[in-house]
Amino acid sequence: MAIHEKSLIRPENLKTHDNLVLDGVNVSVHWSTFIQSRVVTDYNEAMEEEIAALPGGEHINRCWQCGSCTNSCTVNALNPDFNPRYWIYLIRTGMESELLRDKDIIWQCISCNKCTYACPRDVFPEGVMKATAHWLELKGHTPKSKSTLFDEEFTAQVVATGKIEEGRIIRNFFARTAQPLLQDWLVEMVKRVARRLPFKQGLMMGWGAVFRPRTRKWAKASAAINEYVHEQEARNRKALNLE
Amino acid sequence: MNKYQKVAYYPGCALEGTGHAYNSSTKAVGKALGLELDEVKDWNCCGAMEVKNVDPKVQTYLSSRVMAIAAHEMKAKVVMAPCNGCYHNLKKAEYDLANDEASRQTVDRISKKAGHETYQAGSLETIHALDWIKDGIGEEELKRRLKSSLKGLKVANYYGCMYTRPRHIFPEKDQGPGSESTSQPHFMDDLLAVAGAENVDFPLKTACCGGAHTLSDSDTSTQLVLNILQAAEVAGADVIATECPTCHSGLEMHQVRAEKVLGTKTKVRMLYFTQLLGVALGVSPRKLGVHENVSDGLALLKEKGIA
Ligand code: SF4
Ligand code: SF4
Ligand code: SF4
Ligand code: SF4
Repeated sequence: MAIHEKSLIRPENLKTHDNLVLDGVNVSVHWSTFIQSRVVTDYNEAMEEEIAALPGGEHINRCWQCGSCTNSCTVNALNPDFNPRYWIYLIRTGMESELLRDKDIIWQCISCNKCTYACPRDVFPEGVMKATAHWLELKGHTPKSKSTLFDEEFTAQVVATGKIEEGRIIRNFFARTAQPLLQDWLVEMVKRVARRLPFKQGLMMGWGAVFRPRTRKWAKASAAINEYVHEQEARNRKALNLE
Repeated sequence: MNKYQKVAYYPGCALEGTGHAYNSSTKAVGKALGLELDEVKDWNCCGAMEVKNVDPKVQTYLSSRVMAIAAHEMKAKVVMAPCNGCYHNLKKAEYDLANDEASRQTVDRISKKAGHETYQAGSLETIHALDWIKDGIGEEELKRRLKSSLKGLKVANYYGCMYTRPRHIFPEKDQGPGSESTSQPHFMDDLLAVAGAENVDFPLKTACCGGAHTLSDSDTSTQLVLNILQAAEVAGADVIATECPTCHSGLEMHQVRAEKVLGTKTKVRMLYFTQLLGVALGVSPRKLGVHENVSDGLALLKEKGIA
């Protein structure tokens, strides 16, 4: 497998002059290329500790930067800017402004755990990605991602009833993210199944939306989970010095 | 008596919804093989990926409640989950409760308030539907019970990510001959080979389909699914055999989406491994819910003279 390295030279930092003559020598275009140096002055010393305080981030300090996580990462293969090893480095060195350059893609980790499988130091990079995405949202650097909205919808339903009903989650999620439910590919999918389903069964699937599945004797569990979740939310906010 | 002969059964939410056909085919195969399922009473959702993202310990509690009912109320020794997500979460809860004091305390606290016994690590063995058939019946006996063959069917076996990763929650895997492998899983390959299928060399057995973001980042999921479908076709497969309702519906859904959004058509079909085994055991495709699949497996089975 190839080693994915990150180029630290950014296109916008490469400076060239279209027309430049120095001491009678024409050094136009690439003859006059130089790299503008980067200066980071705003270290956030609390960042590592804050991310380590959120669920999943606990073991970030074990990282020895081997790069196995990035090398095995499913999302990195689609987008080279998705680089868990590099983000862990930035978090540990407090380079917040650098991390924020990638703030809109960190939530895209799909939890495939290839990184966790490969990591020789049990950092659990998948957890670190989740903790970092949460940190960005809690600090107000990013709005809640679609993934977070989906997780919240799902969790609310489980805590309330003990079970989920997929159709209802999809409807509520599309409503919360202002997307039309009748996406042409979804419609096409339903059509393909419906063609082969007998009438009675189609009707049964409709019933599912009316009689929502729920777990019996769930009320006390629901209250206990809610209490715990609120406690944890308060704890996380405190760890991040919010309020 | 064989300890997998009768097991507590945890279908999970997906098998009551989109994975309906996986539920019926799992039961039908069990029946044909003389294996018994005793559904966990008043079960709840295991928490899936979504609750874990909100708070991992809540997911541990949710999974532990299912295990508490199976172990302490039903006195079961083994619980079987056919969904990778459920299987993975029960295994993870088992690991956390055995190894992490904070998880133990949280689960104990919520269980007490919820009014049921706290699940004690080590009381129950969690297995997947693949283990159930592979170790509960074995290849010899399965062979003896076959009514027909999947001969001529080229199959790519797709296990997804949650069945093998992360490795530490599956202590029984990678234990040498007879055990499952986390890098090259083969239990499904083994069973389908007995049923006569021709397994192709499929490099993306444990690739991820992007299921976590199937709706929140659909373009990524579509791309990942397309990689899997195309790799299976390049390997010569007619069918991708699945062993998880989420993987299965993810592949089906994004196959359609790839066609509609990217204009890329693939024709490999998805069938649950229980549907394929069921056909070989002489169960009718209708009983196995083959007509409920989005991709038309029935036409393919007919074309091959299998059903
Ligand atoms: S694999 Fe682990 S140790 Fe290596 S860079 Fe990634 S997190 Fe750090
Ligand atoms: S879990 Fe996330 S970070 Fe890790 S390999 Fe998968 S996508 Fe990449
Ligand atoms: S993993 Fe999926 S199917 Fe299984 S209980 Fe959880 S939500 Fe339901
Ligand atoms: S392959 Fe997809 S659905 Fe299956 S476990 Fe992985 S992410 Fe989930």
